[in-house]
Amino acid sequence: MSDADRELRVSKIRNGTVIDHLEAGQALNVLALLGIDGSGGEGVSVGMNVPSDKLAKKDIVKVEDRELSQSEVDVLSVISPEATINIIRDYEVVEKKRIERPESVDDVLACPNRNCITNADEPVQTRFIVLEDGLRCGYCGEIVREDEVATHLNVS
Amino acid sequence: MRQDHLISATQLSREDIEAVLDRAAEIDGDMDAWQGRHAGSVLGLCFFEPSTRTRMSFDTAMKRLGGRTIDMGSVESSSVKKGETLADTMRVVEGYADALVLRHPLEGSAKMATEFVDVPLVNAGDGAGQHPTQTLLDLYTMRENAGLDDVTIGIMGDLKYGRTVHSLAAALTNFDVRQHFISPESLSLPRSVRYDLHEEGAQVREHTSLEEVLPDLDVLYVTRIQRERFPDENEYLKVAGEYQIDTDDLERAKESLTVMHPLPRVDEIAPEVDETSHAKYFEQAHNGVPVRMALLDMLLENATSEDGQ
Ligand SMILES: [Zn+2]
Repeated sequence: MSDADRELRVSKIRNGTVIDHLEAGQALNVLALLGIDGSGGEGVSVGMNVPSDKLAKKDIVKVEDRELSQSEVDVLSVISPEATINIIRDYEVVEKKRIERPESVDDVLACPNRNCITNADEPVQTRFIVLEDGLRCGYCGEIVREDEVATHLNVS
Repeated sequence: MRQDHLISATQLSREDIEAVLDRAAEIDGDMDAWQGRHAGSVLGLCFFEPSTRTRMSFDTAMKRLGGRTIDMGSVESSSVKKGETLADTMRVVEGYADALVLRHPLEGSAKMATEFVDVPLVNAGDGAGQHPTQTLLDLYTMRENAGLDDVTIGIMGDLKYGRTVHSLAAALTNFDVRQHFISPESLSLPRSVRYDLHEEGAQVREHTSLEEVLPDLDVLYVTRIQRERFPDENEYLKVAGEYQIDTDDLERAKESLTVMHPLPRVDEIAPEVDETSHAKYFEQAHNGVPVRMALLDMLLENATSEDGQ
């Protein structure tokens, strides 16, 4: 496979964010985690199981016309700590963001405990404390293991 | 105790617990001496779930400190029925009271409420979450009867949804207490409680039958297994029967065994046990008053000294 073929599959974007070096299989979870489902009209390209030097196989996500904030980026650490994030303007990388493991993840995940106050109609955002190998609801204390995080994304 | 609110037993250190129990003992010795202590103070009772004992116990405790209580009444007749959020209700009631007690059917409700109020707030039960004041009176009862060090306790029944169990197990990690957990597999400890126990270095010893551990126990803490937890009646009857005790069972127990129960009981403890020296559950219920007096006294004291600064 030539480099040109690879370029075709995941084409360059003019403005937006490139999330690279995702663990293979995490691309769709990343989109869910960021609440991107295409309904906003943004251009989204996804490469899955792309050969990589760093990881045996990786996923890559490119989102046009959207620059991820640091808090959005930090959330990715929970499902893919090796990911790299480049902010693109006019085809150029203008910023490389480092993923840091946050102390908490706010307003991104829904608590899997149906009986949690954050699932009631209260003026409160979800807040998960980041543990070594998972997350914990800051309200009811429910624990979500790392491998379960993707299934509790706060997307409708 | 240097806490502003009491939300979870996990927030309590050994020093916190002992301070409350010591003051409770002092109060228990001469309750009338505390009558004028908080004259003029008002405690708001916010019970979003039916409760008789806990509500009355807080009510009595505040009145015995010389204070008064206000009560939002039954949920059916209140603004909650009209769709008001818990956050709004608490913000309004805060203006009427010097401290608040909250019982609510959802887990995490008390924690959320503290984000909307400045007065001290006490969690009197949040769904299957926590019930820390029950734990304080449980510990008081344990200390009086069996001690809190070098003690073996068996906690039996619904360990999954039982908030009194979740609070008690967490608080006991502060003491030299060996904990055994006895329940049907489907009602064993939830992951979050296990996590806290492991974090505290406590060993979780689990059993599906009381038989094998009963002779080792100094304290047996029995909780109710609710019918609603089982898909069908037969399944419930089969399981629940395994976690009931009577005087025959207790023949294999230590003579000094203390039997406790947060009440109300249904048939987990046969009435004949009431007459034995093991039965401490009514004494336990009575301890709710001095213990809650001690806690309210300390929280109100903290709040007043903060205002003065
Ligand atoms: Zn929760």
